[in-house]
Amino acid sequence: MSASAVHSLWTTAADPISKIDAPKIEYGQLSPTLIIVGAAVVGVLIEALVPRKSRYYAQVFVSAVALVAAFAAVVALAADGYGTTKAGIAAMGAIAVDGPALFLQGTILLAGLVGLFTFAERRLDPAAHGNRVDSFAAQAGSVPGSDSEKAAVKAGFTTTEVFPLLLFAVAGMLVFPAANDLLTLFIALEVFSLPLYLMCALARRKRLMSQEAAVKYFLLGAFASAFTLFGIALLYGYAGSVSYATIAQVVDGTLTSVDPALADTMGNDALLLIGTAMLVMGLLFKVGAVPFHMWTPDVYQGAPTPVTGFMAAATKVAAFGALLRVLYVVLPGLRWDWRPVMWAVAIITMLGGAIVAITQTDIKRLLAYSSIAHAGFILAGVIATTPEGISSVLFYLAAYSFVTIGAFAVVTLVRDAGGEATHLSKWAGLGRRSPLVAAVFAVFLLAFAGIPLTSGFAGKFAVFKAAAEGGAAPLVVVGVISSAIAAFFYIRVIVLMFFSEPRPEGPTVAVPSPLTMTAIGVGVAVTVVLGVAPQYFLELASDAGVFVR
Amino acid sequence: MENLIALLIAAPLLGAAVLLCGGRRLDAVGHWIGTLLASLSFVFGAVLFFDLLGKDATDRTLTQHLFSWIPVEGFQADIAFRLDQLSMTFVLLITGVGSLIHLYSVGYMEHDERRRRFFGYLNLFLAAMLLLVLADNYLLLYVGWEGVGLASYLLIGFWQHKPSAATAAKKAFLVNRVGDMGLSIAIMIMFTTFGTFAFGPLLGSEETPGVAGDASEGTLTAIGLMLLLAACGKSAQVPLQSWLGDAMEGPTPVSALIHAATMVTAGVYLIVRSGAIFDAAPDAQLVVTIVGAVTLLFGAIVGCAKDDIKKALAGSTMSQIGYMILAAGLGPIGYAFAIMHLVTHGFFKAGLFLGAGSVMHGMNDEVDMRKYGGLRKYMPITFITFGLGYLAIIGFPGLSGFFSKDKIIEAAFAKGGTEGWILGGCALLGAAITAYYMTRVMLMTFFGEERWRNRETASPAEPNVEPAAEHQGEHAEPHPHESPSSMTIPMIVLAFGSVFAGALFSIGDRFVNWLEPITGFEHGHSPLSAAAVTSSTVAVMVIGVAVAYVQYGRRPVPAVAPRGSLLTRAARRDLLQDDFNHVVLVRGGEHLTRSLVYVDHTLVDGVVNGTAASVGGLSGRLRRLQNGYARSYAVSMFGGAALLVAATLLMRAV
Repeated sequence: MSASAVHSLWTTAADPISKIDAPKIEYGQLSPTLIIVGAAVVGVLIEALVPRKSRYYAQVFVSAVALVAAFAAVVALAADGYGTTKAGIAAMGAIAVDGPALFLQGTILLAGLVGLFTFAERRLDPAAHGNRVDSFAAQAGSVPGSDSEKAAVKAGFTTTEVFPLLLFAVAGMLVFPAANDLLTLFIALEVFSLPLYLMCALARRKRLMSQEAAVKYFLLGAFASAFTLFGIALLYGYAGSVSYATIAQVVDGTLTSVDPALADTMGNDALLLIGTAMLVMGLLFKVGAVPFHMWTPDVYQGAPTPVTGFMAAATKVAAFGALLRVLYVVLPGLRWDWRPVMWAVAIITMLGGAIVAITQTDIKRLLAYSSIAHAGFILAGVIATTPEGISSVLFYLAAYSFVTIGAFAVVTLVRDAGGEATHLSKWAGLGRRSPLVAAVFAVFLLAFAGIPLTSGFAGKFAVFKAAAEGGAAPLVVVGVISSAIAAFFYIRVIVLMFFSEPRPEGPTVAVPSPLTMTAIGVGVAVTVVLGVAPQYFLELASDAGVFVR
Repeated sequence: MENLIALLIAAPLLGAAVLLCGGRRLDAVGHWIGTLLASLSFVFGAVLFFDLLGKDATDRTLTQHLFSWIPVEGFQADIAFRLDQLSMTFVLLITGVGSLIHLYSVGYMEHDERRRRFFGYLNLFLAAMLLLVLADNYLLLYVGWEGVGLASYLLIGFWQHKPSAATAAKKAFLVNRVGDMGLSIAIMIMFTTFGTFAFGPLLGSEETPGVAGDASEGTLTAIGLMLLLAACGKSAQVPLQSWLGDAMEGPTPVSALIHAATMVTAGVYLIVRSGAIFDAAPDAQLVVTIVGAVTLLFGAIVGCAKDDIKKALAGSTMSQIGYMILAAGLGPIGYAFAIMHLVTHGFFKAGLFLGAGSVMHGMNDEVDMRKYGGLRKYMPITFITFGLGYLAIIGFPGLSGFFSKDKIIEAAFAKGGTEGWILGGCALLGAAITAYYMTRVMLMTFFGEERWRNRETASPAEPNVEPAAEHQGEHAEPHPHESPSSMTIPMIVLAFGSVFAGALFSIGDRFVNWLEPITGFEHGHSPLSAAAVTSSTVAVMVIGVAVAYVQYGRRPVPAVAPRGSLLTRAARRDLLQDDFNHVVLVRGGEHLTRSLVYVDHTLVDGVVNGTAASVGGLSGRLRRLQNGYARSYAVSMFGGAALLVAATLLMRAV
């Protein structure tokens, strides 16, 4: 069977006797991903070859250059028309280069760049033994609280490996929404998941909690991957191919030639339906939809806050991109089967995220549940199954990712003796002591709540409009109710910051380096610009909203 | 020529802008600027009038389209004006009487330090009133309607340092809002029914009937009743009459111009203008006539009991407008007479108010007629002009009021059937009461002993005089004197109108012929002959005068009002209108508010808080699912996946 699979995957010739063509790789169209992967490999080499003192600078430099270069490549491709007229399938059918792929890759790269700034921040934690340190453990391998850990701290070690890990994760995320066959999809999933598991374990403070989060994430992620892989296998059994286009053809009934090896199973609808459900379940796990969301609060809380911010933003972009492509390219013929199920998932995700968030007392967990509710809102747009649905989801993802990274970046600033002060009670009266930071955070919260003149409103409006026009009006009603519930806890934080008396032993706000300031500044700027003048970006998303098949 | 129409409005509007924004620099000349611009508007009006006269009777409608105001798909509103015979009549009345009253105010307001502002408001009123009558659609008319309401509010409360004036202004504004609501609802119904609110397509012209007749009678009745509600508010008709008496707190020129001659007749204009709607809605018309008949008696009875000269005249105004509304409700047999009475009333009632103002001017602003008496010797011009106005309003044969009121009474009888007899009877009775209360005013003011001389003896027993008034400037005995010429000239001009306008309009049916292309006209078939109606009108007038003479001419007028009969006491309290409003509306409103607050606190807040609490409780319970164990999470995922698979399969099965 494996030979057959590889055969159908890597060759286009139906006749095995004819000459096998050398694989044709469009390096130019794949350049964003290749740049990031190459830089990640360089990063590994830096770890091996560059002296410890210089590694930080070398890594940050290489990562930043790679992310900027990759983004430039994406822009160049888009400007060259690869998002619209020249859109096509590259790498022997494995990767799609089209509007949604380029839009999402651009968003992921920018999110990665802003995330890199927060990763590289070294002014927030007090210097340990004269060495400036970042948010990551001195030595990941040392047992928390052990002598080796103390020695590593004293020696001024830092885990500069996070930078290549970040790049590997970004590389996987770039491929994930562009994957045009199920195996590439799965490989991309693992490529970006594994570095994330590792990064979650690397917190400098509260290391046990961080490691617990990483283990949970890894276990549940592996569990979900198993489902995904099984779903892929079932779909292969159904269609005789892992290529998106071929599966879609079999679903539509336009491809009738039967692979002799799979004659027993091909066209068996049970395989199709169960496979679809399992594949979609794996993707829903990544976006954090109820009931596959339970990892989210624990992992968001335990992971180092810069990682949380990056993960919350970029993972969601990549996973929703992949979900869109699977539902719109592979399974449009199955719309009437998956839509009611997705309706239910969207409804419980919106309501569940919003309701449970109300009783949260930790700001990171609060933002985690908020991200769950937002996943539900985005699902409403996905369900629209119209071109407006695609473009509104693209816009929402772009808007949401910057708000998220900015918000988590602000979380890194509010600190007390134990590191970040994430308990909400400690945020009381923050607006009196640090009006600027509190105001910036308030802007992000208003954007989360979807208040007009922020990007959150424009995004939510676009998504709900698409959903309503796509025939999902009840979903919009639930969405608005959930938004109302969600507004309660966002506003509650604002009230807490501005209208409560500051505590005497309250946290201080650390003054960050320009890196974090840039991350927060970009977040605020994008939030306001997309909120006040969303038209240009909505049109951009609309132009990018056509999948190549 | 059409371009002059906008200038008609622009002149006083410019005046208002200049005077209200100009600041103190204009204090010295502001009143002349205002008067000049009002007169300029009158000149434009006169030019347009002679232009219209030169055209064929059917060709006398000028329209001017200024610009598109609200250009929305399906909702088109233009700034456009229509000048036809009906609006021309109003334009001349408004600008003519308006200019005279501007002139009068120059003298009357001479010692008021806020005179410039007063003239600014007067100009604003003129502009709004002209907009009201010149608008080519109901929406623009509504703008003018609100504009005159605003000007009226500002001018009633002009002496805002007096709490009574401030309260009266608020009262007028609030009561008018009820009527305005009617107008806006009427416009909404028009728009939803016909898709337009422009006069041209809606009301049509003589050749092409408008779409107004196409709707069902029920709809038209609804529109008609809402328009009537609007008219009741603006024209102080029952049941929205309560504000007019208090509105006399404003300076007397305001009472003359706004609350006698022009603004309060806007309701009549509205009904006559909307004739095409009312003609197709007989039920609404019947209600109009009932409102008119009730109000004409109501106002007349109130007018009999008031000792305050201005309030007596205000009652009279209500009563006279009741006549007009009655005539307007009679349909084509009455429209022209309604407007004719409106114009003649504009002359004589403005003249009477100016006369009253002149009397007050000479009497230290005293308004209680029981403290007047024998003033004819001291202010002869005022006496003569007031007297001519008096003769006109009671319908003395040959004077203005005689012609116009007589026609209305005749038309009321001509309505036919029992209704005709009742309406005609009411109108006739009203004529008798009019003669009675006007004679009373005349006798108490200008004849009899000079009660203002020996007031010391009367004052201590006077329960109504406030102690404060007693000590402030009331010690000095008034020295009645004739007013300056800026005040007497307008009175003289208006007196000419009071005397001759009726004859000028009626002889040869000039006025009816002039208006006929717009309002239509048909001769009624009165069960009584014209001669019979006329002679009975004169007869009841003589009876009214005689009764008043017996009561107030033959006997001395007591300086303290006697207790009077139950009806008198009720009439002094405006037939308990405020008590009624207080009990029904204020108390009722308070009870309604309280019960709503109760419902809000218990039910609405209960639901809201209950929802919040239950969401919070749900949150707390759901939160426990998040127990921190990876195994539980995995179970949840497994269950979710199983459900997902099952549901997908189920969807296919269904």
